Amino acid sequence: MSAVSADAVAVTPDLRAKYEAVIGIECHVELKTTSKMFCGCPNEFGGEPNTKVCPVCLALPGALPVPNAKAIEHMLRAGLAFEATIPEHSKFDRKNYFYPDMPKNYQITQYDMPLTQGGVVRYWLEDGTRGECRLTRIHLEEDTGKSTHASADGRLAGATSSLVDFNRAGVPLMECVGEPDLRSADEAVGFLETLARTFRELGVSDVKMEEGSLRCDANVSIRLRGAAEYGTKAEIKNMNSFRSVRRAIESEIARQIAVVESGGRVIQETRGWDEAAGVTHSQRSKEEAHDYRYFPDPDLVPIDVTRETVERVRATLVETPYERYARYVDTHGIATKQATQIVDDDVLSAWFDRAVAVSGNAQATLNFVLGDLSRLANENALHVADGKVTPEALAELVALTQANAINSKAAKQVIETLWAGGGSAKAIVERDGLAQVSDRGAIAAIVDEVLAANPKVVADFRGGKTNVMGFLTGAVMKASRGKANPALAQELLKEKLETP
Amino acid sequence: MDPVRDSARAIARAVNSREASAVEIAEAMIPHVAQVDASLDAYLELTPELMREHARKVDARVAAGETLPLAGVPVAIKDNMCLTGTHTTAGSKILENFVAPYTATAVQRLLDAGALPIGKTNLDEFAMGSSGENSALKKTRNPYDLERVPGGSSAGSAASVGGFEATLSLGSDTGGSIREPAAFCNVVGFKPTYGRVSRYGLIAFASSLDQIGPFARSVEDAALTYDAIGGHDPLDATSVDRPLEPTAGFLREDLRGVRVGIVKEFATAELGAEIDACYRKAYADLEALGAELVDVELPTAKYGLATYYLIAPAECSSNLARFDGVRYGLRVDGADVGEMYERTRAAGFGPEVKRRILIGTYALSSGYYDAYYVKAQKARTRIAEDFARAFERCDVIASPAASSPAFGFNAKSDPVAMYLMDYYTIPVSLAGLPSLSVPCGAVVPEGGTRPMPMGLQLATPLFTERALLGYAHAYERATMHAEKLSPIEVATA
Repeated sequence: MSAVSADAVAVTPDLRAKYEAVIGIECHVELKTTSKMFCGCPNEFGGEPNTKVCPVCLALPGALPVPNAKAIEHMLRAGLAFEATIPEHSKFDRKNYFYPDMPKNYQITQYDMPLTQGGVVRYWLEDGTRGECRLTRIHLEEDTGKSTHASADGRLAGATSSLVDFNRAGVPLMECVGEPDLRSADEAVGFLETLARTFRELGVSDVKMEEGSLRCDANVSIRLRGAAEYGTKAEIKNMNSFRSVRRAIESEIARQIAVVESGGRVIQETRGWDEAAGVTHSQRSKEEAHDYRYFPDPDLVPIDVTRETVERVRATLVETPYERYARYVDTHGIATKQATQIVDDDVLSAWFDRAVAVSGNAQATLNFVLGDLSRLANENALHVADGKVTPEALAELVALTQANAINSKAAKQVIETLWAGGGSAKAIVERDGLAQVSDRGAIAAIVDEVLAANPKVVADFRGGKTNVMGFLTGAVMKASRGKANPALAQELLKEKLETP
Repeated sequence: MDPVRDSARAIARAVNSREASAVEIAEAMIPHVAQVDASLDAYLELTPELMREHARKVDARVAAGETLPLAGVPVAIKDNMCLTGTHTTAGSKILENFVAPYTATAVQRLLDAGALPIGKTNLDEFAMGSSGENSALKKTRNPYDLERVPGGSSAGSAASVGGFEATLSLGSDTGGSIREPAAFCNVVGFKPTYGRVSRYGLIAFASSLDQIGPFARSVEDAALTYDAIGGHDPLDATSVDRPLEPTAGFLREDLRGVRVGIVKEFATAELGAEIDACYRKAYADLEALGAELVDVELPTAKYGLATYYLIAPAECSSNLARFDGVRYGLRVDGADVGEMYERTRAAGFGPEVKRRILIGTYALSSGYYDAYYVKAQKARTRIAEDFARAFERCDVIASPAASSPAFGFNAKSDPVAMYLMDYYTIPVSLAGLPSLSVPCGAVVPEGGTRPMPMGLQLATPLFTERALLGYAHAYERATMHAEKLSPIEVATA
């Protein structure tokens, strides 16, 4: 019995700091394949209910599963991208339990011999902090159908009837099990975001949380900061977005602290996240846990993965989003936020890398890419890579600005022209006469003209109103039709104003 | 040409040479089967329209110049194999009204070879049983004594061929379900190596043991059928992807140079004097054909039954979970989905099926899994190793196919007494070996008046179907036991 109600305990930041959270994530990711895991039905989201089904995924009498080789290859890609070990021998097992949306009343999954073992997910957070979370395993299984319950709240309890759509039944699903290496909701989200980015980029999944192609559970426990033993964990389910993952974990940590602080004990159980109420609710205790009676599926033969297969798949792997992020930040010195922005678009990253390879200046190149180029692309509903500006043309433009050959205003004009019709930056600068004038004599003449035309302003400046410098610079730029080197114009203005 | 009595080979030859038409054969068989089956009850469903349709197709194909290995041959299909548009019940109330929307690979291959489907045959519910009495839908009788069981589980497939209501049939064998009823019904029953014939469309009992095979009135007809249905199927992951050696053209007439293993642990003396004499004569006949009899040992064979009755129920407990009232078959409504499951399965499954589901669920349960399921798998490996060792000393193992000839209805109320019928077939199944039962004489059983057929089981190493059928053919041609008995219906017709 608790000495005080856990509800009465306010989890203040000080109290929160007394405890450390220990979090392990398990997530299910639907694989992107043409057909389902064990039959030829299309693996596509949605559609009229029960139109993407056949004897196998409906579990008609006598139907047999045949594994999808593409899904197995996706598993290897996913595992290798996270430095997992690929065992030579693997197998499928049956997990037995009754549920109306599971046609065979067992799920084909992998119990003790998964396709990939171990591995590590290196991730980063918004603020640039980096972390690592080890993977226990990634295994392959099949998805279930979807039930719709005819009750007021759409839940099974109280429903008078239920409808089942088997279009999703048999869709290949990989389950990634993480070690309890995460210590905060932010880290959990960072880990998940990296998983999602990587799977998307590997082409193994679309990772659309809103379509349920990524679903995750979090095992959460707390312990006193510095303690070596883990506390009792609760498994949190039903989190439908990264935002709800963050909220659910934070809410659960606070709940557990309140339970412990009020003299109670956290019990091992499954808790569902209630998005609207912002709390977790107990669903099932450990004592009620199923006995799934796992055993090797006798309809499927063991999977042997040869070293040649592993090496062939490994050879197709490219830089992961994390590696790219680290390269941008560590080698190119790009700010973490901008690096994250570009890393999330692998096509844009590749385009950017080509431009940097020529320009040699990553930050200046990135400023154009994320600035004017992205704006123009957005305005025209096009991807930067699909526009007429080539990475080489942008690199040329960067080089021109770096060499002070054109000023920023002209640069903007060049990029608009490139966007509209392509071509070379240099050629546009020449054709449109945009080259910056850095000739002291020429600019001095214009400065003299401007000063002569604005005697009142000159008097103001000399009277101490130095803020008129902006006006005068603008006037010089205007008189030069934008081509004057602004720094030089200012220098000459200052010189002439200060020497009466 | 006599479509009732002739061999499949003779019928196909007549149809291919256009001496007879498949349509004529169908029209002759349809009334004949209806008449005979009134006594035997081998069929759960007759498919005369489908038979006519296929007969027309076969005639058209032959007219177009094709030669079909089973052109116009009337066949029966065990009712645990799907055939589009037919009821496929597995002999169970839970599937009594299930109509298959697809066709099993083995059935399709049989039809593609020119066979004409007569109908679907009765079986022990979900192929669980050794007498046919576990069918929830019908009581099939033995064509050689209507008061005796036809054997099981492929009861109707054995009875239909033995009773001349089909030239060939397909059965399935998990622990003896082809070989034992073949012995009881005076026919050849052949279980190929596990993985040789696709299981796609066969309602699973125990997936790691189930294998489809033919019943025929001669080894040659069984070989013809096997050649038609065997071979790799991309729809069955356990089907073996290796070339199928044709067997029918490679049968032999003698056993010179063949070493026949007689299993020390399978001594027949304890089966009674008459049965013992029957098998001693069979072994002597093998020797007379030029074979050398060698003694072999299968020390772990005695664990076969216990091993089988853990592995098969474990698999069946999971395989039969899909029969839940949600998508097809029987549904008995309840207050909630859990109660609906319970009521449906309580009403839909018979006592033997329930017994095996319970045993299997228990064997797979956490805390018991290692002691039962894992241990049984280890025993299975040891049994297979015993056979491999025995085959170092012999080419083929000969033994009884069943512990007795066909017994009377309700004679085996103790489930274990029933299980013991498969004492000789189960170890062979656990090892996955090709094996068959060929008629080897007759014995008047206790309390019986008529001599009842007996079966000799032959088993050979994995994937040696051609050799196995060759040995059986030599024995069959030399002894002609099947032809010494006549089924009751045909004798009186």
